[in-house]
This record gives sequence, C-alpha cells and structure tokens, in this order.
Amino acid sequence: MREIKASDITSVVRNLCIESNIKLPDDIKHALQKSYRTETSPIAKYVIKQIIKNYEIAEKKQIPICQDTGIAVVFIELGQDVHITDGDLYTAINDGVRFGYKDGYLRKSVVSDPFTRNNTFDNTPAMIHTEIVPGNKLKITVLPKGAGAENMSVLKMLNPSTEIDDIKKIVIETVINAGANACPPVIVGIGLGGTFDTVTLLAKKSLLRQIGSYNRDPFYTELEKELLTEINKLGIGPQGFGGKTTALAVFIEQYPCHIASLPIAVNLQCHACRHTSCII
Amino acid sequence: MKVKRIRSPIDDKIIKNLKSGDFVLITGIIYTARDLAHKKLVELINRRKNLPVDLKNAIIYYTGPTPAKPGQVIGSIGPTTSSRMDIYTPVLIRYGLKGMIGKGERSKEVLNAIKKYKSIYFATIGGTGALLSEKVIFCEPVAFQELGPEAIYKLKVKDFPAIVINDTFGNDFYRRNRN
Repeated sequence: MREIKASDITSVVRNLCIESNIKLPDDIKHALQKSYRTETSPIAKYVIKQIIKNYEIAEKKQIPICQDTGIAVVFIELGQDVHITDGDLYTAINDGVRFGYKDGYLRKSVVSDPFTRNNTFDNTPAMIHTEIVPGNKLKITVLPKGAGAENMSVLKMLNPSTEIDDIKKIVIETVINAGANACPPVIVGIGLGGTFDTVTLLAKKSLLRQIGSYNRDPFYTELEKELLTEINKLGIGPQGFGGKTTALAVFIEQYPCHIASLPIAVNLQCHACRHTSCII
Repeated sequence: MKVKRIRSPIDDKIIKNLKSGDFVLITGIIYTARDLAHKKLVELINRRKNLPVDLKNAIIYYTGPTPAKPGQVIGSIGPTTSSRMDIYTPVLIRYGLKGMIGKGERSKEVLNAIKKYKSIYFATIGGTGALLSEKVIFCEPVAFQELGPEAIYKLKVKDFPAIVINDTFGNDFYRRNRN
C-alpha cells in the first residue's frame, strides 16, 4: 500500500488548474497552425491568426487563454494500492480548485444552485469522475470546461434500428445548431452506447484524446474521418465567419449497451481545448 | 479587409454607415454585462427605476472578465454567447442601447428590435480573451459588484476589434456564410 498525502493532491490540482488555463496543449496548437495554412479566405485566416496570437500572449503573460476559465472537470484514476492520508480525496481536490482559481487569477464561474444562482466565489465544487484502476499511482487530469460549447452539447436515446447515417445527421445538426456559440473551430466528442449516464462521460472523456489519434476500431476510425470531412464542408468556419475549419477533430468512444438502447452524446469543445494531467 | 474606425458611445449616423461583414475597431467607452446584470437592468426598467449605467447610445459587451493580475488593467476578456441575453435585449434597445458585442446568432425578436430602433450587433473572436485584454486601457466596476464576474464594468477601449453581424438593413453575417 502506497501512501499519498491529501495535501499533495491539493497542490497538484491547484497547479493543474492554473497551467491548463494558461497553456494550450501542443496538439491543439499544431492543429490551429495547420488550419491557418489551409484556410484561404482572408476572414478565416484572420480569425485563426488571432487565436494563435491569443495563445502566445496568454503563455507569455501567464494569463488565461479565455475569460471562461470553466467549471473544473477533474478525472481521477486512483490505483487500488494507494492509501490517501491526512484528509479525503474529494476535499483535497476541491481545495486544489479553490487555491488554483484564486492564485491563478482565474474566473469564478460556479453558482451554488441552478435557480438561486449565487456565485460560490471559489469555483468549487469541481465535477469529479473517479475510476479505480490497478497499481499504486494516482493520475489527475483537469479539464476546465467553458459553457459556450458545453451548452450546445446533445444527448439522445436512440433505437437500435438507427442507421449510421442517422448518427451522422445528429452530429452534424449539433454542430450546425451550435454555430458560433461553441467557438469554432470545435472538437467534437461523441459517446455511443452505455447508458443515459455513461454515454455523456464517454463523450467528455474523448475530448482528452490527442488530435491525430483515432478510434482503435476501424469502423469508428472511418466514421471519425468521414464526420470531420463533412463538418468541415459546412462552411461555418472559424467563429462562424465562414471557412474550411469548423472542427479540428472528431473523437468517438463506444461502449456496450442494452439490447433495446443506442444512446448518443455529442459533447462540443471550443478551440481552447484545455486539459493537463499529472501522475503522482 | 477594409477597416472602419468608430467611437463609442455611437449614434444613428455611425450605425447607418455600418454594414454586415464590416470589420471595425472601436475606441471609447463600453460596458460589460452578462446574464444576471441583464436580468437586474430589465427589472429596474420594469419598475421605472434609474439605471446604474447610462444606456443611451451605449455599447454593451457580453463578457465576464477574469480578475486582473497585479499591474494589469483587466484579465482575459473575450465574448460570451449572446443568445442568452436575447430575452432581455429588446427591452434594453427600446431604452436606448445602440450596440452589442458578443458571439453567436440572435433571436428574431432581437433582430426586429435592431432594425426598428437602429441598433447594431457586433461579434468579436471567442476564446481570445488574452489578446482582447490588451485593447482595454481602463476598467472600473460600476454596478452589481456583488455578482463578481457578472458585475457591470465600464471599460475604456482602444481599437477593440469586432465584425458587424447584424446591421440596420436586416443583413446577417452568420446566415450569409452557411453553405
């Protein structure tokens, strides 16, 4: 049994909150640079150029890439041979979020209740997803999720008779309906299968994949590629101002499901696809 | 891309010269306001109370900035989704609001109000809050500070970049771009 102090978890989460909000992952940067080269219209080129300039300024000045520093989505992979000492896991994580959002000058974007809507002023609680895995390590991933793209995401419970073209139609309609609200170029995270609850988590987790990675099943690899091509033919373009880059990537994650079900979740992610991990 | 330089507050004469798709650089005073601030402003108007900001000929920027680091005027300050404000916007336009900066499409009701009262809707680039913070040269909270990031800030901006989405002639830049 390996011991990990709760205070170490807090400090890691704090740093991940700050880092993820300031520094865009390299794969996203490369995808944006590629988009700058492929776009031909002056307006689309201009928008991508501003987005690139923006992440450069954020990194240089150590300020957030986007003012929506998100609600902190935290993924935990907890090795079953780990024993957390001097505190509990969830308090440790929320303390980390609290310190990170304060020390990093990040926006506090969480309200305590959907109707009374009082700001908690420390960006807690985090949305925590925990998995118990073999081993004695603890992997923490922080994904600050802004609401622009999140609000345009979709969940549907389909019938097993649904054809693949219907799935495509749902995904494409989601992107069209999101328009500029989701801050294109977007990343499209799709969950297929599971249950009402698990399908959304599949979609969200897919957003952590590297751009350029594909689903391991050739059927879904093909679907990811086809969807990306079709989405980029829509003409919505960067920020909805027209262009060839409406999406940077399409990620699909599938899972077994009930004989009567075919759930689909489409979780949209803006171009500021921020996430960082650390293994303790 | 042709660039038009405009000053804020704005008037009918400036608005008349702006067309959907025009690229503008805004200099002058603008106000931030988002969801809860809109709700409160409309409540005050409905109760015939005075507003904490002068909306006549004003531009509202839909944003909630990050806190300023020491030495900074303001933190990151990019646009939020405008459609969440649609339910309140026609009331504010009737009251004298002339311009809005945000991102994303507006409702039919907002588009009608824009045409009828000669107002204008701009978009700026979502997710470029770090870059846009450099266009803000002065910032002062003026109302609803208890709302934190949702407070109303008075901003002095210089060459703040935006694109005209909806002009007074009924044109819509987003709709024009769809294949």
